[in-house]
Amino acid sequence: MKPVHYERLGETIYRETLPNGLKICVIPKPDHAKKYAFFATRYGGMDIRFQLNGRWLDTPAGIAHYLEHKMFDTKEGNALQRLAKNGAEPNAFTSNAMTGYYFDSTSHFDENLEILLSFVSVPYFTGESVAKEQGIIAQEIRMIEDNPDWQIYARMLRALYSVSTARTSIAGTVESISRITAETLYDCHKAFYTPSNMILTVVGNVDPVKVSDLARRILPKEGGPVIPRDYGSEPEAVGAKEARMAMEVSSPQFLAGWKCRPVPEGEERLRRLILGSLACDLLFGESSPLYQRLYSQGLVNSSFGGDFEQMPGVAFLYAGGESKEPHTVANELQKEADRLIREGFDEDYFQRALRSSFGSSLRGLNSFENIAVSLTEGCFGGFDPFRFPQIFDAVTQEDILNFLRDNMTADRAVLSEIVPKEA
Amino acid sequence: MTRTQLAGGVFLTHLPAKKFKTNLLSAQFVVPLRWETASANALLAAILRRGTASCPDMGALAARLDQLYGARIDYTVRKKGEAQCVGFVASLIDDCFAPGSERLLEPAAALLGELICRPVTRDGLFLEEYFESEKTNLIDAIRSILNDKRSYADSRLLQEMCTGEPYGVPRLGNEQITAALHPQLLFEAYRDLISTSRLEIFYSGSAERSRVEDALRAALEGLPRKDLVPLPELAPHALPEEPRFITERLDVTQGKLGMGFSCGSDDAAAMLLGNTLFGGSSNSKLFLNVREKLSLCYYASSLFHRQKGLITVSSGIEFENYQKACGEILTQLEAVQKGELEAWELEAARSTLLNAYASMGDSQGKLENFFLGQAATGRDETPEMLAEQIRAVAPERIFEAMSTVKLDTVYFLQGKEAEA
Repeated sequence: MKPVHYERLGETIYRETLPNGLKICVIPKPDHAKKYAFFATRYGGMDIRFQLNGRWLDTPAGIAHYLEHKMFDTKEGNALQRLAKNGAEPNAFTSNAMTGYYFDSTSHFDENLEILLSFVSVPYFTGESVAKEQGIIAQEIRMIEDNPDWQIYARMLRALYSVSTARTSIAGTVESISRITAETLYDCHKAFYTPSNMILTVVGNVDPVKVSDLARRILPKEGGPVIPRDYGSEPEAVGAKEARMAMEVSSPQFLAGWKCRPVPEGEERLRRLILGSLACDLLFGESSPLYQRLYSQGLVNSSFGGDFEQMPGVAFLYAGGESKEPHTVANELQKEADRLIREGFDEDYFQRALRSSFGSSLRGLNSFENIAVSLTEGCFGGFDPFRFPQIFDAVTQEDILNFLRDNMTADRAVLSEIVPKEA
Repeated sequence: MTRTQLAGGVFLTHLPAKKFKTNLLSAQFVVPLRWETASANALLAAILRRGTASCPDMGALAARLDQLYGARIDYTVRKKGEAQCVGFVASLIDDCFAPGSERLLEPAAALLGELICRPVTRDGLFLEEYFESEKTNLIDAIRSILNDKRSYADSRLLQEMCTGEPYGVPRLGNEQITAALHPQLLFEAYRDLISTSRLEIFYSGSAERSRVEDALRAALEGLPRKDLVPLPELAPHALPEEPRFITERLDVTQGKLGMGFSCGSDDAAAMLLGNTLFGGSSNSKLFLNVREKLSLCYYASSLFHRQKGLITVSSGIEFENYQKACGEILTQLEAVQKGELEAWELEAARSTLLNAYASMGDSQGKLENFFLGQAATGRDETPEMLAEQIRAVAPERIFEAMSTVKLDTVYFLQGKEAEA
């Protein structure tokens, strides 16, 4: 394991790639009681069409998430219970491009890590156990369908993208999951849960060499082939300008989204992530003149916020919250972006925002979960997230203005709205 | 950990730690939770956050915080037992990570003190525009509880179950009382709050206690102090003669089931374990049976309200599974009461709780929230002491304590078109 010390963050990362292709990152935290392990595959809600053994497979929407639910089943019973006996709190999530399994514990760490690596790498399900999960996941889907935040975000993605599988719901629909069988789940596991498609990250008071030895012992000796995936070839233009839905909510909610240019893998991804997030801060963050004006006019409240996100082949920026006049706020956002592109930022304000954003990135390193997820995304995207101080040092006003010029134009914008149902 | 008195009714809980990137500084007024005052206190926190004498608007405040490397100061309104806690939580990067090694604790503490002691005023009142805009925001926030149907159902269950008791008062109060607030009334409430209620301050970070005390004494120099209004004793919950059943209809696709239980035992450690076995973890009876065995739901969990001696169960189900889910939840409670457990279940429940206490010191937010809860309800056990109590509980104590758990109120939120 090779250590790299990050002076400005006060952290050290031990890294290694095993002969089977598994990448391991260990971040020692000698003063913490909690030890955290995160084991992730580069496989998520977007990966529904891919090639296995030379044949293109079309799988039902929601299958990566379904597989996540079923992975906890083992020949010896449910892995949750074995981990719980040791006081470990295990869980998992599926995002658009990743499925991650994790636990934290304060004792029996080696044994817990062994359980984690075993249950994620060895699938065990039957037709019956797969069918039984339909009811549970159907209720998870019903729950998110009643959630306005989810609806508004999902509808924004469907407005932004007309082809890309970024528009596919991660959990799928009650209909699509009814087509999932044990056989398809085994196929997907075989394709994506190979060591060469996975990352293991451990944060806490652990010995990096022991982690690496354990992974060598438990995981398959062979990696897997690179799996070609088809996310669809997304046109430059947005799919639809507006999306609107009525729900049982107390006031209108909205998200204004901008379809941004995607970024190839490499350090440019990290730079773009920082530029996008700085653009959000500068344009509509709490310190921004626009936010203060909209807030004092009563057009937005503290629910207002936004972010910049990247997924395979796509990138987008969004802002929103509750508002009595979503269209007015969306227009104001566009007008402010246009104005900044023309006039630039006040230099003092720009420097303040940089300083503040650096502090936020540093604050993120308090969270083991956040460290593990960002290192994993870095491994998948070909960058090192702990290099953020160096990127901050080099950012100029012109970089942000170029970002706005390239990405925040009116033709790239969509508006997703939820309005209260008429009584 | 040390808790010292800084001034009359002002206490500092100092939690030293060098392992974080940030320092946390929190100042919380602890007052009785009452319908009459809950909304005024919530509104006060929001208005105070709008501006101080030296930073009179959001822009000036934001600029000060940006200069401190994106320090955050958020206002908070929390319910702890039958107390309402209102104040501010500040988070700032540790001095050693500031590129110029500036001292950040002192200016952050000073700003926190200003927010409390020196709000921007006009003619002896809060600015009219801040008052009006935050009043509207508070009403919107109270209404928006409806948007998250799970929290909405959980909150409706507690309100119904604890009608007439302070515990049934939501942390933000309600819309009608908020609408009736006016500027004079609110400024009087402000004077009362800062002069007559206990102020609990929490610090987690690398600074020594004396440095934190000095910074706070300077920051709170203008804090008026009079005789404190004592917090009343927490009233025990009154169990109805027969369980109450409440059904509400909204346009939703999933039904939300809430079941409230009263507990007659004061053996808190045994109740905590009993609740963890029942529905407090992903290995509990509720998870393994209502979800995993019967596939009735995605979530079914229970919460032990330690200060009030209640258990509430929360689940999301198909409308037509209402009877089935209620029945199964009661069956699982009975199983815990009768001690129908496998050895691993008790071991897992105990380990889950011990792990939570052992890792609490790794999160500044969790520490602050825990010690605020302790201070607000007059307790002084540390997480280590609570862990010790959990280790000492024998199975019989759990079954005995859980046998006092009785069904009190059932709340069901169903769809508009669903059959009753």
